[in-house]
Amino acid sequence: MRKACTPSKFVADVMNKVPPSGIRRYFDLASGIDDVISLGVGEPDYITPWHIREACIHSLECGETSYTSNYGLLELRESLADHFSAKYGVSYNPDSEILVTSGVSEALDVAIRAITDPGDEIIVVQPSYVAYVPSVMFAGGVPVIISTKLENNFKLTAEELKAAITPKTKAVIINYPNNPTGATMGREDLEAIADVVCEHDIMVISDEVYDCLTYDYNNGHTCFASLEGMRERTILLNGFSKAYAMTGFRLAYAMASPDIISAMMLIHQYSMLCAPITAQIGAIEALRNGTDEMMRMVRSYDRRRHLIVNGLNKIGLECFEPKGAFYAFPSIESTGLTSEEFAERLMNEQHVVTIPGNVFGDAGTGFLRCSYATSLEEIEKALERIGAFVDGL
Amino acid sequence: MDDRTRHILECLEEDARMGHEKIAALTGLTADEVSKRVKELEDSGVIRKYKTVIDWDLAGDENVYAIIELKVSLERTIGYQPLVERLYKFPEVRSVRLLSGQYDLSLTVSGKTMKEVAFFVAEKISTLEQVQHTTTHFVLKTYKEDGIILYEQDHVTRLPVTP
Repeated sequence: MRKACTPSKFVADVMNKVPPSGIRRYFDLASGIDDVISLGVGEPDYITPWHIREACIHSLECGETSYTSNYGLLELRESLADHFSAKYGVSYNPDSEILVTSGVSEALDVAIRAITDPGDEIIVVQPSYVAYVPSVMFAGGVPVIISTKLENNFKLTAEELKAAITPKTKAVIINYPNNPTGATMGREDLEAIADVVCEHDIMVISDEVYDCLTYDYNNGHTCFASLEGMRERTILLNGFSKAYAMTGFRLAYAMASPDIISAMMLIHQYSMLCAPITAQIGAIEALRNGTDEMMRMVRSYDRRRHLIVNGLNKIGLECFEPKGAFYAFPSIESTGLTSEEFAERLMNEQHVVTIPGNVFGDAGTGFLRCSYATSLEEIEKALERIGAFVDGL
Repeated sequence: MDDRTRHILECLEEDARMGHEKIAALTGLTADEVSKRVKELEDSGVIRKYKTVIDWDLAGDENVYAIIELKVSLERTIGYQPLVERLYKFPEVRSVRLLSGQYDLSLTVSGKTMKEVAFFVAEKISTLEQVQHTTTHFVLKTYKEDGIILYEQDHVTRLPVTP
């Protein structure tokens, strides 16, 4: 008789150190409740614009079902290079400085692995997307947390960054417009960060997946790589999920200097091989003809933003004014409940799903993430229910 | 047009009954400012009319619609305007469009029965001096009207929680 096996002993140590996503727990809890209004979703409520879907359907009818270059379709990389040159004045060579990936999640993972040796420190600015810390740990790196504060409008300051840097620091991950706070950073704010980055000779991984969802239409978004001297120090990550309502396509890209992209491509080549061709064709169509539809969606999010932020403030949940993404991040400290108590009781008693802020790091403690990527009617109903819940405390 | 004005127009296009208080809540303007801008938009003709899109089939109405293509002759120095003005005064005529291509004009005509529409075309439209030829297409079913899809679609559901 062969010896019995204990599979758990084969699981890598790092897996026991990485906690499961706090968001996942709320997914499981919400699944058992009827009549749920969800402010928990981090994806547009729009269906991908028809012309993008139609381009994908046409490509399938034409039999375009093959692998592509590991880097992605050249036509897509050329479109991306043109797009960034026109929009932000930053040029990338489509042959060697752009890598098409399956979602920003993959781009992030590959970027971190490409620059991290065991023991390297990667600074993560929180509150932030839940994948940053685990991705650093999977790569053998050490995440170093900077907690941003409401009184600084959740912006990273140059002083905070400087204080977190050690000789082992390799890079800092920034994400503006930010998930979950909706905070943005203006050009001057980013210039101060760029000075520190240069002075201490570190890299920046800049996740700008919400760049198009910036509600200051006049000043717009500042691309970190477009700052003087930052192009070579930045791994720019972006994708199609949020701006073009293409979450299920899993299509994104990284832009950086050839050495970095080449290293990232090695990992991508041996794991993902290439992003799906159909999604890449949809992305080309989005870049070429998607601006009007995208702006229509952005203006719609903007109106919902006003409604939910004002509504939460009226209820007495002081809400920071988000200038980007599609999340409101109210403080629930006045209620005396913790974020998790508030979110769980709100879900059980009023059937409104939100995500507790501490899921996005300790800096989110005392806050709640409310996605307003849902219809006006749902937001109005949710606000009524949240109001009733707070009144009943 | 500035962004705030565009927001107001998009709100009203989505729901013509949306009140100024609600538009104010959605745009960050005051209700007075919304009222002032809406008045300006009405006065300048940007807002033409507040309209309701009705699914008459679902309401059980027996109206019949037809699209009439017209080939017309024009006299030198006289354009389409005099003919078009005669056509759009008929209450049966719901829309008049000038077209490029094989036909010159397209009308949408409504009536209680197919016979009524057919007689209207034969007696009132075809007999006009400039009208050389008409082709009548009866509308069998309307799937989309003014950008609104007029039948139930399967609802695409999302997960209640995602990253």
